[in-house]
Amino acid sequence: MTLALDRPVTATVERRRIRLAWIARHSIAIALAIMFVTPVAYLVLLSLMTSDQALTSDYWPNTWHPENYLKVFETTPLPHYLLNTVLYAGTATVLTLASSVPAAYALAKLKFRGRNALFLVVICVMMLPPQVVTVPLYLMWARYGLTGSLAPLIIPALFGDAFCIFLLRQFLLTIPGEYLDAARVDGCGEWRTLLRVVLPMARPGIAAAGLFQFFYCWNDYYGPLLYTSENENSWTLSLGLASFRTVHHVDWNLVTAATVLAMAPLIVIFFFAQRAFVQGITLTGFKG
Amino acid sequence: MDTVRLRRGLTTLSFLAPALIGIGVFFLYPLLSAVYFSFTKFDLLTVPQWVGLDNYRRMADDPFLLQAVRNTLWMVVVFVPVRILGAIGLAMLLVRFKRGAGVFRTIYYLPALVPPVAATIAFVYLLKPGTGPVDHVLEKLGIDGPLWFNSPAWAKPSLVLLGLWAVGDLMIIFLAAVLGVPESLYEAASLDGANAWHRFRSITLPSIRPVILFAAVTGVIYTLQYFDQAAVAGSIASGQATVGAGISQSFGYPEGSTFTYPLWLYTVGFRYSALGYANALAIALFVVALAVTVILLRRAKAFSGEES
Repeated sequence: MTLALDRPVTATVERRRIRLAWIARHSIAIALAIMFVTPVAYLVLLSLMTSDQALTSDYWPNTWHPENYLKVFETTPLPHYLLNTVLYAGTATVLTLASSVPAAYALAKLKFRGRNALFLVVICVMMLPPQVVTVPLYLMWARYGLTGSLAPLIIPALFGDAFCIFLLRQFLLTIPGEYLDAARVDGCGEWRTLLRVVLPMARPGIAAAGLFQFFYCWNDYYGPLLYTSENENSWTLSLGLASFRTVHHVDWNLVTAATVLAMAPLIVIFFFAQRAFVQGITLTGFKG
Repeated sequence: MDTVRLRRGLTTLSFLAPALIGIGVFFLYPLLSAVYFSFTKFDLLTVPQWVGLDNYRRMADDPFLLQAVRNTLWMVVVFVPVRILGAIGLAMLLVRFKRGAGVFRTIYYLPALVPPVAATIAFVYLLKPGTGPVDHVLEKLGIDGPLWFNSPAWAKPSLVLLGLWAVGDLMIIFLAAVLGVPESLYEAASLDGANAWHRFRSITLPSIRPVILFAAVTGVIYTLQYFDQAAVAGSIASGQATVGAGISQSFGYPEGSTFTYPLWLYTVGFRYSALGYANALAIALFVVALAVTVILLRRAKAFSGEES
């Protein structure tokens, strides 16, 4: 009897608790969102100032100068840089994934002698500070006459990327072995198992690895600086951005305008890619 | 029997072939060259000259190196855990969202898309002591803002703040991991009367352990190679308008507090053209970093059972 009396009371308490939690969660999320957006908004505001005001610590433009964005196009061949950046980031990402996924699969799911040793080597490659190998690698590319082009940035992608392999391996470890065993019992070879069973399940992991690779290449400054700086035809956006600081004396308003322009495609890509990413997660069948 | 094993071996090799070639050409070959250079006096213009262990001995009494090591250690100890906690916190917050999840995810990820140089510039200006927008807000709240990038005590914490702001890439990985935990586990735990904290501790945390390990290893790697932000923060905060030319004078500003190991390595190699010594520094960094990673992986293996 007491139970029947209790139930509506606890239900209202529970509902109130859920509502409070909802409000708390949204307040925190919105407060954080403001903190995360502020520095980006600040860059946008800087890009709309005169070059003199951009040197002060003001954060609100006295006068608005949207024409700064046009000026960026007048002073640099931005579309050309964009084309090079898309070429570099796009091909490097696709090639890196194609060469890294099989390696990650072998390291996560195949048994062979020296697997742990090889995994350690992959980690070694990640640990290697880029400055260590800069000189020998540069000399190597120069010997083949490929410096001054995007080739030294794209060709290595054919041979896997350590970070990508590591990321994908960690992800593939979470796929239960029973799925693979089932495929093998059905007579699938390892390659078929990878392409037909693992690949669809690993979509979110591959999407994440691909996005990281793409964003890394897009913002990469060190690589293009090293290999393409001698030939302006091969410059990427990141080098173009830097040229504002060296060629033109620093016009912070133009630097930030160019930065915003370089970021915009990434924001759009991420906004749409993260939906596919989440969809991929719900499709993997982990949920129950 | 043997042909089966051979076929198996060849299949495995076909999976690994590109990566193995890559490791040989882009890792082993340049690494061995670098080891050789570390035993030489080498300035790119003249032929490398063998000097034995001189470069390594030189490290023992290099005061700049000591300072760089201290700063880098500080970053590893503080920055790596803070980044992981921040990323998990954001992921746990976002995982509850149904409507508007895409917008919040994009906003939290946004900073990770800002080129590091531009992000650092924005932060230094936002955190300008006294006149910057952040200090303005703090002033309204009755708080005396610190000197941020201009104070030796606050410069490194400011860099950590910058890193926490750009934690979106790690957040996405944690979010994927948390979303991958079967809903049924939570439902069962709820029926048993477990509260949110219990559910986090006994279900979420064990499930995302491999990802925490991943974040720890990559975090250490990232921190040991920390360069762009420290270099740019130092040069902008010290009042130099240009990034690039004359950068080494402002390295570590203020009072060497942001002077990290890679900054010293870069200075030695590309400003002083002492490539032999720079390579010795790089090899030392590589060896230490490797040792830390191996220890991390060993310890993690003991409790995560990730070798299934």
